[in-house]
Amino acid sequence: MQALYAQLLVGLINGSFYALLSLGLAVIFGMLNIINFAHGALYMMGAFCAYFLLDLAGIGYWWALIIAPIAVGIFGMILERTMLQWLSGLDHLYGLLLTFGIALIVQGIFQNYFGSSGLPYAIPDYPKIFGFNGLQGGMNLGFMFLPIYRGWVVVFSLVVCLATWYLIEKTQLGAYLRAATENPTLVRAFGINVPRMITLTYGLGVGLAALAGVLSAPINQVRPLMGADLIIVVFAVVVIGGMGSIMGSIITGFALGVIEGLTKYFYPEASNTVVFVLMVLVLLVKPTGLTGRAA
Amino acid sequence: MSALTDDTLPANPRAMREEMIVFAAMAVLLAAVPLSGIYPFFVMQALCFALLACAFNLLIGYGGLLSFGHAMFLGSAGYFTAHALKEWHLAPELAIIVGVAGAAVLAVITGYISIRRQGIYFSMITLALSQLLYFIYLQAPFTHGEDGIQGIPQGYLFGFINLSRPTVLYYVVLAGFLGGFLLIYRTINSPFGEVLKSIRENEQRAISLGYKTDQYKLLAFILSGTLAGFAGSLKVFVAQNASLTDVHWTMSGEIVLMTLVGGLGTIFGPVVGAFIIIAMQQYLAGFGQWVLVIQGVIFVACVLAFRRGIVGEIAHYFRRSL
Repeated sequence: MQALYAQLLVGLINGSFYALLSLGLAVIFGMLNIINFAHGALYMMGAFCAYFLLDLAGIGYWWALIIAPIAVGIFGMILERTMLQWLSGLDHLYGLLLTFGIALIVQGIFQNYFGSSGLPYAIPDYPKIFGFNGLQGGMNLGFMFLPIYRGWVVVFSLVVCLATWYLIEKTQLGAYLRAATENPTLVRAFGINVPRMITLTYGLGVGLAALAGVLSAPINQVRPLMGADLIIVVFAVVVIGGMGSIMGSIITGFALGVIEGLTKYFYPEASNTVVFVLMVLVLLVKPTGLTGRAA
Repeated sequence: MSALTDDTLPANPRAMREEMIVFAAMAVLLAAVPLSGIYPFFVMQALCFALLACAFNLLIGYGGLLSFGHAMFLGSAGYFTAHALKEWHLAPELAIIVGVAGAAVLAVITGYISIRRQGIYFSMITLALSQLLYFIYLQAPFTHGEDGIQGIPQGYLFGFINLSRPTVLYYVVLAGFLGGFLLIYRTINSPFGEVLKSIRENEQRAISLGYKTDQYKLLAFILSGTLAGFAGSLKVFVAQNASLTDVHWTMSGEIVLMTLVGGLGTIFGPVVGAFIIIAMQQYLAGFGQWVLVIQGVIFVACVLAFRRGIVGEIAHYFRRSL
């Protein structure tokens, strides 16, 4: 049973990353009509950003959690201003090809300097309050041993996902955003700066990816290709869930992570492929995806 | 809906005559390669990729479907042909049939699944399916995982054509490439090809005219996948191995890149693109991961400034369809 719970936890953690990444993809797709192939590379940049902050400047995990998403988000906004914005009005596929090119460039540069092996990033050992040693160590829940950092990743990701959902579905800014997704020209006529909103949206989506990168740094090590294979799984998640609904992305992300974790326990040979197989099944039964509208 | 090839002129006898002249020139030029002292291995490899890119282009350029998983046909057919040659000791022509038939079956299945969604979803689905196959091949015993199938015997085609002689193999590969190319050319200019183009331009209208567009798209996908498989089978004789590289998503990206550089939706573009990208890889092989960076830069430059590709720009300049 211990092993089952452990795999479930791993599944929840992977699910957190799927949720954060597919959420970002959905937000970006809504505003820019682009599938951001560079999402995996930007996730990797988030992790490297945290690594550099610690290694070069001695700035630790908690600050990295704030600084890395902002820094990578700004990098994303520069990409949007200098390149992506020129694609509006063109066929969707050009956005995919452009961001694929960006992903190759970013991953290639990092691979050149850091090879393919992983760099370690320690779990923070502060603050030391209530007997906790930062996020290190674990606690015994009776039925399983819970490493604190892993629990933290799941809870924190969930909070961030729900906060993003709240921002988009329940606030004034989110209302503008949804309106601009439906009809940018009309929203512009109301005096709202839609191009700036598009840039900020891309920054938000990219920031979420970078945040996922920082969260994963102590678990998965920091590697130049850490996002390359992940993004393909996330694409399958997006196909399954559809990009029409924010909450749908979150739930699908976590659910698929859990299913993957269960597969690791019951039939490990299929753990790499289960998400893709599920995608095939969903496409055969309900081609529009679980929450998606016809596209 | 799509404006991939706004310059493509409608097929007319004069355009077709010009295209046949260019084709003849290309065939003569390629046939003369062994006399020129150019390393035939490089050209053979480029020819396999050129056929692969042409097959891919049939789907994107004329059907408007961007497959990001075409490496699965290349790699699968390669594995099947290699296995048939090495383990079953089949004759080359039978091994090629095994590979191509395998790719065709795969194309029927994956096509049936992926054409259920359009546009960007189609690309993501094909990518995910090819990744699924990658993991299957990684674990399947017959592919020998990371090692791949190596030391594949080339044998005698039809019992008397010795494929282990480079010049002979070169002409066999060239014949395969030209045959595949003509088949694609014929398809593009057939009534079927015209319907395909109409689906690319406006699928809703094609449906309203009574065409069952899904069937057309599926057929195009099967044809494209099968021909891509044929390229993969030929490549086995050239490289004498079949490995995971050919199924990986980076390979799918390279196929897209070749076609994009040459010109999406142009007839000769994928051939030009394939030769350029293969030559580039050959010359930059010593630069390690910088090749990836350069490929990325080419992607970005093509999409931002150069969407017609090389042949597309030339065709646009001369107002011709090439």
